[in-house]
Amino acid sequence: MSGATLYGLCSAALVGLGLFGAIVHPQPLRKLLAFNLLGGGVFLQFGVIARRGAAAGMGGDPVPQAMVITGIVVAFSATALAVALLLRLYEVSGSATLSTETPMSSDGKGGGR
Amino acid sequence: MPAAGVVLAVALGGRNAQRTALVAMPVGLCLALAVAADIWQTRTPLTYHVGGWLPPLGIALRADGLSAIMTVTTAVVICAIGLFARQGFTVPAGTADARAPTVFWTLLMGVWAGLNAVWFGGDLFTLYVALELLTFGAVPLVSLDGRAETLAAALRYLLFALLGSVLYLLGAALFYGAYGTLDIALLSAAVRAEPAVWVAVALMTVGLIAKTALFPLHLWLPPAHAGAPAAASALLSALVVKGSFVLIVRIWFDAIPNLLNHAAAQTLGALGAMAIVFGSVLALRQARLKLMIAYSTIAQIGYLFFLFPLASTPAAVATGTAETWAGIAWTGGVLQLVSHAVAKAAMFMAAGLIAEALGHDRIAGLAGIGRALPKTVFAFGLAGMSLMGLPPSGGFVAKAMLLVAAVAENQWWWAIVILAGGLLAAGYVFRVLTPALTAADKPLTLQTEVSNGRQGVVLALAICALLLGLVPLRPSLLLEVGRHVPSVALAQ
Repeated sequence: MSGATLYGLCSAALVGLGLFGAIVHPQPLRKLLAFNLLGGGVFLQFGVIARRGAAAGMGGDPVPQAMVITGIVVAFSATALAVALLLRLYEVSGSATLSTETPMSSDGKGGGR
Repeated sequence: MPAAGVVLAVALGGRNAQRTALVAMPVGLCLALAVAADIWQTRTPLTYHVGGWLPPLGIALRADGLSAIMTVTTAVVICAIGLFARQGFTVPAGTADARAPTVFWTLLMGVWAGLNAVWFGGDLFTLYVALELLTFGAVPLVSLDGRAETLAAALRYLLFALLGSVLYLLGAALFYGAYGTLDIALLSAAVRAEPAVWVAVALMTVGLIAKTALFPLHLWLPPAHAGAPAAASALLSALVVKGSFVLIVRIWFDAIPNLLNHAAAQTLGALGAMAIVFGSVLALRQARLKLMIAYSTIAQIGYLFFLFPLASTPAAVATGTAETWAGIAWTGGVLQLVSHAVAKAAMFMAAGLIAEALGHDRIAGLAGIGRALPKTVFAFGLAGMSLMGLPPSGGFVAKAMLLVAAVAENQWWWAIVILAGGLLAAGYVFRVLTPALTAADKPLTLQTEVSNGRQGVVLALAICALLLGLVPLRPSLLLEVGRHVPSVALAQ
């Protein structure tokens, strides 16, 4: 088994774990961490692709690496935004959970003004 | 095509406050019209290679008929929203700065820039970045007033959107791994039906469906769109969800045109059908005006997904006249995109004015509002006509085209859903109009005076939705620009 295959399998496992966590956990913070795990898996996947596509005597294909950097920046700012929202939610409402009430309840909670 | 780049630059440059935004809007509108006129005259798609680098290494921006139409729609709706929001989001006199207005105008421009990037993006990674720009612009708009419910709605929206975009990115990674390029034009020449492509496309489609709020993944939409301020919900509902929809269209029709098979198209159509029924029924049950409109957005998004089974199908090939009917379905679908954008923006802004005047937006308490705000309620009714598909509105032409294509292609089951959706839409629109037009028991006291100008903007937008009904009932030539693809798809 070559290194690239091993890393590819690792990334698949990370993606699976992250997706599972993001769907199963009700707490937003855990969902966020799971999202980061999932993101890590995807970035690792890009790394594997870069390694596999190496040509012209280079150690890796540079294009996926450029994409990974963009992706990491995006994921980082997304996480920052989500944490900021979460903190603000905690300040305002005193709890950092997404209410489990179904949004289809028509009593108008969360409705417009 | 450099003009399109300038549209982006202008939209991005308008960072600081209301004044910049108000200058940027007419300029952006003119540029959008210029791009559309250019495409209309030359009948060829425009391509612009950023920095002169050619794909696969460089980034290409492409403008075809679809992007031209969407750019113009975006510019028109954003200008209307900007005029509407001038009153609600002004920095109060005497203070140097205020948080909400600055944030609102900046995000409005950010969303606009993101949308333009989505319409013009020529490779899957640019589209990913554009999509993220759109999300980061849209999420804070939801929580602009900082109440706990809207913060929770924004957080839920963000989590759905993040999951969606990371799945999309994974799909893009698989595409790159398989073919070494993400440029849509190059991909369309290279793709073959193989497992990597199916996995990639499935991941991307699911991710984008989460962002478009198609039926099973729609839970974030109603609280987010109903909780945002009226101008912001108009923007979110009319345009932002369309961004990710256009991406799905780009992937299926442009990137892998030969692989849109029967099962996938029917699945997407079925999800759309469920969205129509489910969204409309829930809209009928809402007690609040804005929540009702938000659920109606879910239903109207459902219509868009009929594009997949109708605009390119093996069944169409079998009937022989495939190209015409697929072309009609394609025009109908895009017209639905445009007319829903215009009508829904008008509807949300009308609801915003009603809520502002009454101090609440309970449907049961609307009695007498038709007398107090005649223009607004008239605009609401016109927008509602487009949603139901009454002639002569844009919604009618769009739905009629889809309906005709469905019958002609022997896919009558979609026709039933289209008709039922129209009836249900009539139900929820009249549920609002009936109390609004009855006389109040006691004289209505308005909380605030609603200016004529803002009512005028809403009415103008609703009339735009109506005028779209004058579009001829045939495949549009503009949309065919850069769209040799359906015929290729049908030839196989």
